[in-house]
Amino acid sequence: MAAAPESAGGSTGGGLIGWIDQRFPLTKLWKEQAAAYYVPKNFNFWYYFGVLSLVVLANQLVTGIFLTMNYKPSSTEAFASIEYIMRDVDGGWLIRYMHSTGASAFFIVIYLHMFRALLYGSHRKPRELIWIFGCLIFLLLMAEAFMGYVLPWGNMSYWGAQVIVSLFSSLPVIGGSLVEWIRGDYYIADATLNRFFALHVAALPLALVFLVIAHLMALHEVGSNNPDGIDIKKYKDAEGHPLDGVPFHPYYTVKDLVGVAGFLLLFCGVIFFAPTFGGLFLETPNFEPANPLQTPPHIAPVWYFTPFYAMLRAVPSFAGTQVWGVLVMGAAVLVLFFVPWLDRSPVRSIRYRGPIYKVMLTIFVLSFIALGICGLKPPAGIYPTLAKICTVLYFAFFLLMPWYSKFDSVKPLPERLTGHA
Amino acid sequence: MLKSWALITVVALTSAGPVLAEDEGMTLLKSHADINNLESLQRGARNFMNYCSGCHSLMYLRYNRMATDLKIPESELPNLMFTSDKSFETINSAMPPDAVTWFGKQPPDLSLMARARSVDYIYSFLKGFYVDKTRPWGVNNLYLPMAAMPAVIETLQGLQKPVFKSEPDERGNAKMVLSGVESMSPGSMKPEEYDEFARDIANFLDYAGEPIKQKRQSLGVFVTLFLLVFFVFAFLLKKEYWKDVH
Repeated sequence: MAAAPESAGGSTGGGLIGWIDQRFPLTKLWKEQAAAYYVPKNFNFWYYFGVLSLVVLANQLVTGIFLTMNYKPSSTEAFASIEYIMRDVDGGWLIRYMHSTGASAFFIVIYLHMFRALLYGSHRKPRELIWIFGCLIFLLLMAEAFMGYVLPWGNMSYWGAQVIVSLFSSLPVIGGSLVEWIRGDYYIADATLNRFFALHVAALPLALVFLVIAHLMALHEVGSNNPDGIDIKKYKDAEGHPLDGVPFHPYYTVKDLVGVAGFLLLFCGVIFFAPTFGGLFLETPNFEPANPLQTPPHIAPVWYFTPFYAMLRAVPSFAGTQVWGVLVMGAAVLVLFFVPWLDRSPVRSIRYRGPIYKVMLTIFVLSFIALGICGLKPPAGIYPTLAKICTVLYFAFFLLMPWYSKFDSVKPLPERLTGHA
Repeated sequence: MLKSWALITVVALTSAGPVLAEDEGMTLLKSHADINNLESLQRGARNFMNYCSGCHSLMYLRYNRMATDLKIPESELPNLMFTSDKSFETINSAMPPDAVTWFGKQPPDLSLMARARSVDYIYSFLKGFYVDKTRPWGVNNLYLPMAAMPAVIETLQGLQKPVFKSEPDERGNAKMVLSGVESMSPGSMKPEEYDEFARDIANFLDYAGEPIKQKRQSLGVFVTLFLLVFFVFAFLLKKEYWKDVH
């Protein structure tokens, strides 16, 4: 009788772990993904937002499960069931605030995570696919957040859904029937709420989790980029480990713990002391139930959508249709997918790029923030003009990148990493 | 690099602050209501039951929850319950469904009014009634023009009359606009007493909008303290592990 084959790379020890390792690559996975996964030693502040988005994702999944236990996806009961959670369910208020604050926190950490990639060229070869998975996650997250926002069935939920869903009606030929298909009715109604609930709690989270796994698998396949944007695999020690790398565990697990603690301080600060965040995280009109006969005084999407909403409004109607605004808004998200190929700089990191990229990135960030403010305000005064200018600047950053990134001056790259965390 | 980006973020966020303050209609009065003032909340509950609950419900607040949170003895509770004899029931008004024919609209439920508008709005509204013979009930409100509500607190506050001021319109012609109210005839309460009456009701409705608010904030202090300690230990742990990395 031959002994059971040893799993490659796994432990050959006895005990429970040994028993599992002969049947499942537990130790092998742990080594590959954490204990023997070498990471550049010079990660800085910007590298916290990956792990923080995982923390927020876990928070949303767990609190979301508990919310579904008491939430009623029905147009007559939804609003009251939220108040039931807030008042009569033990700890319900905490779970609900964790979820609602988590939604905004998700976008904060994701926006900063994406900004990090633009700073250090993390999307460049060979990490294009990581970036594409990330863009897909961002796209799904927007859909997830939008549908989640409709569920409390407050007046802003209702009218926000009305405005956003009817955007699709501007598409030629299919527009009308597409909108009807999305709503499942001739107006935003019970059928819409039910299907948004199904998508929000089952379909989209499932897709998000799979994409996050793909994002991490692709990352661990090629290894992390770093603030210097150079390869650490060039110089290795006798055992074949990068000289400028440290094992993810324990070095980055303990470091990320500090980041998570700092994040939780801010996150809990909002939950316990400012859960509505001055009407930005929970908008005041949403404390009134959905009323198809009365619009809120001013319809604005939640803050994380306002940059894109401002672009939508900035584009004037042309040839008798509003579709151009919708197309520009869609293009603003789709253009992100092409960044790895738009960037022609010989270096990855902003540390070794010339002044043009630094200026362009600064203008891009400022115009994105300005667009966010424009989208929150009624389209009057300076805001429509500001939104138009910033929309042009937003696209200029991406569409001119093949030229300015190529002609920008560069500084010589170091052979080894220039610091450590 | 990090510093300059942090600076940009701070400048952008602070400049976004004032932009978010919406300007809609009359500037609200400051209520100075304090959710931690238990006596004010108790008085507000009593005032609400006596003067408001005939028409306005608090359909998400239960009598016994209110009694527990505001430390109202169970024996006192029946004195506050006009429409129900079960303390676990929610506070429902005595308004029949056809009340809409009396006022032109059903008196709104006030459970979430403090959250949908604001505490200061409720306080201002209660102080904003003025005589307007063109309205069905002979009164209008400075903070909710065309309000359907009659001035039920008139005997307490007394009557107020509107004050107008002259302002140039877009063509430069003088135009009279409503700028405030002033007392016409005194009510049974002195002005300071009425201010407190309005403040207590606004405060109570702030409580009714989010009964957990006070506990949430006091719990938050402990959570923050715990996380601060946790942060320090996490930081020291990280330093210990990383001291051999050069």
